[in-house]
Amino acid sequence: MTIKNKAYIVGAYEHPTRFAPDKSVAQLHAESALGALQDAGLELKDVDGYFCAGDVPGGSPISMAEYLNLNLSWLDGTEIGGCSYIAHVERAAQAIAAGKCRVALITLAGKPKSTGVATGTAPRTLSPERPETPWDLPYKPTITGIYGMITQRHMHEYGTTAEQLAMIKVAASHHAQYNENALLKKVVTVEDVINSPIIAPPLHRLDCCVITDGGGALIVTTPDIAKSLKRPLVKVMGASHTIKTSHGGYIAPTETGAIKTGPEAFAEAGVTPNDIKYASIYDNFTIMVLMQLEDLGFCKKGQAGQFVAEGNLISGTGKLPWNTDGGGLCNNHPSNRGGITKVIEAVRQLREEAHPAVQVKNCDIALAAGPGLVVGEGHAHATLILGRE
Amino acid sequence: MDNLDNKPTDFLADAYANAYPETRPFWEAAEKDELLLKSCHDCDKPHWYPRMICPLCGSANTGWLNASGQGTLYAFSHIEKADPPYTLAYVQLDEGPIIMSNIIDAEVGQLKIGAPVTVTFQRMKEGRKMPVFRLSE
Repeated sequence: MTIKNKAYIVGAYEHPTRFAPDKSVAQLHAESALGALQDAGLELKDVDGYFCAGDVPGGSPISMAEYLNLNLSWLDGTEIGGCSYIAHVERAAQAIAAGKCRVALITLAGKPKSTGVATGTAPRTLSPERPETPWDLPYKPTITGIYGMITQRHMHEYGTTAEQLAMIKVAASHHAQYNENALLKKVVTVEDVINSPIIAPPLHRLDCCVITDGGGALIVTTPDIAKSLKRPLVKVMGASHTIKTSHGGYIAPTETGAIKTGPEAFAEAGVTPNDIKYASIYDNFTIMVLMQLEDLGFCKKGQAGQFVAEGNLISGTGKLPWNTDGGGLCNNHPSNRGGITKVIEAVRQLREEAHPAVQVKNCDIALAAGPGLVVGEGHAHATLILGRE
Repeated sequence: MDNLDNKPTDFLADAYANAYPETRPFWEAAEKDELLLKSCHDCDKPHWYPRMICPLCGSANTGWLNASGQGTLYAFSHIEKADPPYTLAYVQLDEGPIIMSNIIDAEVGQLKIGAPVTVTFQRMKEGRKMPVFRLSE
């Protein structure tokens, strides 16, 4: 059953905080939920579907449903890392199309900043029950270390350069300067990125996303309800999510799950990469943007370095305006999970509610895509294509 | 690398080894500094990490294979900021699979993609011995 045009995103809210030592994770979820409902013109009592992932207190939909006293007829706690919320939009659209719920709430929140988690550089704590753990944990595979290896391999195979990768951060900073809530608003240069400290070679500090507290929420609903509300109509056109495995050790570290979710989402939407006016692409590291641009079909494999070096990601001048909120590299990476903010900025663009300096003209079709957990190991990927009606 | 070779322990006390009783032959071989791979008798391909069901064809007809211990450096990142510094690596074994590991006893300037490497073993703080690699002579 296709979800094309069966559901609409009517509420989108990005919590303005980037540092919240005085609020609980549950409160951040709740404030984000109310923000998205207010944006939609709906109330908490209207919610009959709830979608959340591993960041939710208690690890399942139960505790936040209890906290918000939701009256649910559908729920989904699918946990696939940072792209969970992109996948949740697809799963909410499926539930709505099947008549299982009418107003779906998706929430994310977390506070790694105020709890002092050195997310990318600290050795990870992984339980013995995770079957990869005995075989990878001893080698201290920090997230930055793994992405460093992936970056080195992409450079080796395709001639990608540090300067090309730096242009991704430069583009994000050009956009973030207009976002009053962005953690990093300063415009940076290629030289600034190259001269920032090496974290895990060849990755520099400014190749890495920010660490922030925060949250976000989305409301997905039926066509009838969407048309009864006063918000611009943003419809779900196509979507896909998957797990890309390590294939028993025959891994291809420079490929992301977007090689599957991209073509599937485009096929369902009936559009091609050339039709996309704006793209939110999860930017935990600059290399991930590069690889997804290739795997989603915006560039041939190995050619995204040149594409980004030409400034094509910068809104107003480039061919593919990207992450106009400043993305994870400059704006926000709440709970170390960049999926929901990718959808939120895509909705802003389609509603023509992005900052005027970065708003894409005639933005009628947009994409949001991202990975979950760590590429190079088994990881998730989700792609969503949205349209303005 | 948590090399505690002087600690009188072995894999029998290691929670990470004990969670997978089916992999005991691997840990026993590692005690003798021998690298085993799981390989499939039906599709004839070795895989990593060791599983009882072949992840490549789904067959339960798998067995242990004595690996050569030879491979090439597929990718690496030297984490200078860690205390102590270490080198995270993907090593492509001559048998095919790419495995995560560490490179030891090498100056970072000596490392390059494609360099031949040879397995050696280090005991983890939890008790089991794990394969790591040196640049080949």
